[in-house]
Amino acid sequence: MDIFLQLTVSGLSTGMIYALAAAGFVVIYKASDVINFAQGDLLLLGTYLIFFGVAQVGLPWSLGVAVTLLLAVAVSLAVERLVLRPLVGEPIISMIMVTIGLSSVLRGVTGAIWGPNPRSFDSFLPAGDIVLGPATLSTARLLSIPIALAVLAGLGLFFRHTRDGIAMRAIADDQQAALSMGISIPRVFGVAWALAAVSAAIGGIMLAGIVGVSPNVASIGLRVFPVVILGGLDSIAGAVLGGAIIGLLEVYVGFYVGHGLNLVVPYVVLVLMLMVRPYGLFGKEIIERV
Amino acid sequence: MGSNGTVTPVHRHRARREGLPHRILELSDLTLRFGGVTSLAGLTMEVRGGELLALIGPNGAGKTSVLNCISGLYRPQAGGITLTGPDGARHALHRLAPHRIAALGVARTFQNIELFKHLTVLDNLMLGRHVHMNGGVLSGGLYWGRQRAREIEHRQYVEQVIDFMNLEPFRSAVVGNLAYGNQRLVEMARALALDPHLLLLDEPTAGMNAEEKESMARFILDVHEEQGLTVVVVDHSIDVIMDIADRVVVLDFGRRIADGTPDQIRNDPAVIDAYLGTQADDLGRREDGP
Repeated sequence: MDIFLQLTVSGLSTGMIYALAAAGFVVIYKASDVINFAQGDLLLLGTYLIFFGVAQVGLPWSLGVAVTLLLAVAVSLAVERLVLRPLVGEPIISMIMVTIGLSSVLRGVTGAIWGPNPRSFDSFLPAGDIVLGPATLSTARLLSIPIALAVLAGLGLFFRHTRDGIAMRAIADDQQAALSMGISIPRVFGVAWALAAVSAAIGGIMLAGIVGVSPNVASIGLRVFPVVILGGLDSIAGAVLGGAIIGLLEVYVGFYVGHGLNLVVPYVVLVLMLMVRPYGLFGKEIIERV
Repeated sequence: MGSNGTVTPVHRHRARREGLPHRILELSDLTLRFGGVTSLAGLTMEVRGGELLALIGPNGAGKTSVLNCISGLYRPQAGGITLTGPDGARHALHRLAPHRIAALGVARTFQNIELFKHLTVLDNLMLGRHVHMNGGVLSGGLYWGRQRAREIEHRQYVEQVIDFMNLEPFRSAVVGNLAYGNQRLVEMARALALDPHLLLLDEPTAGMNAEEKESMARFILDVHEEQGLTVVVVDHSIDVIMDIADRVVVLDFGRRIADGTPDQIRNDPAVIDAYLGTQADDLGRREDGP
């Protein structure tokens, strides 16, 4: 039972980081139909930026987080402006291919600056453990869950209630009509990329606090796909639930079934989901009347 | 417009009080080509303040192209479009992005209904208020109280439009589920929610039965007469359009071939020629264009 509780906390905290990355993916997909293969690399950028700010420059944590978010948004906006906006109106596949290239570039640049070796530094999340009955739980992991949930809830509220959030839904529904309502598509795409960067950077910051800083972080980018396919490509709530399920499944399978299988199980879920319910748990079921 | 928090119908009041300039829209020598196909061939025409102008012509005459050029969806290769705003300022529409044109008070509907099908009637109309809402992600959060007060004002405005268009029974319905005729009404209501200076209607009665056409014509007349709104309507139902229009412009092959009152148009030999095989008398009675 104690092990089960430990696994659950561990799985949920990882799952929430998946959810943060996935939510950024969802925001971009919702606004522009672009599948962003560089989402994991935005996460990677977040971990290195916080490492740079706090460990290398010596900023206090609060400032370090602020600088990380600002830089991540700046990079993301630059990417949107310089790389993706010129492609608006081109086939969607071109934009998707560009994000694959972007992923390599981000990985290469962080590698060139910070090198291939894992780095570690003192986390801002308290290091100790909380002993709960027979179980010993990592405080850092425990804390990361409500933080992530708060950020994700904020994103959900954004979509439902703000002018830009509603504009994003409108653009997804009918671009021509959105234009004729005075909605600026470049602005909305910019906001989408900025939000995706914030969400991924927060995931990266927490990841840096929990598992440290290393180039391997980018591999989480691939884990985004089972999460969003499970939850639904266009649903923030789906990203949260999908993240939780994939995170938990990984640790349970890794512990109870066999180590190594945990690496495979997310993709088994992906394949099954595509066969059974391709629009995901919360996704919009698209029925076209012809 | 909108920036100082005005939710009252600014344009209409000003139009009455100060008297509109004679021309609120001038198209001069407008040329639009798609590859080798010339859609508009040096079209020159004007729209006068407060009038209900009908734009008719055989299929492919360029009627919809005119509307798309005015609202910025098409960029003419040559010629200019000048809008005189309610404040007397002149704007070169052919150089503006669609969302800027909408912000100047040019609202429109589409030939093949373009609605946000997954949103409710109310949400669709609230999106019509988009250009009047200011405030992005941050200010929305910072001045929550003020934003809320404005939101209520927008809501009241939208309720007036719902009332005007008799849409109460469908207020909360998802637009995609509404009957075709009602969707047309919602689209017009959404354009009215923008509190337009100029309203462009692209085939508002297309696909409707006689009764629905009658009621749509009633709404157009009401908007025009009660609210003093300038309306440009493109339609194939010449019987309906000849009954309600103040002035008619006839296009053929991207040129203006006639311009005058409905009576003048009925007797114009050039028009009769363009509607090949159609007798002058038929022009006023046919259900559809040729």
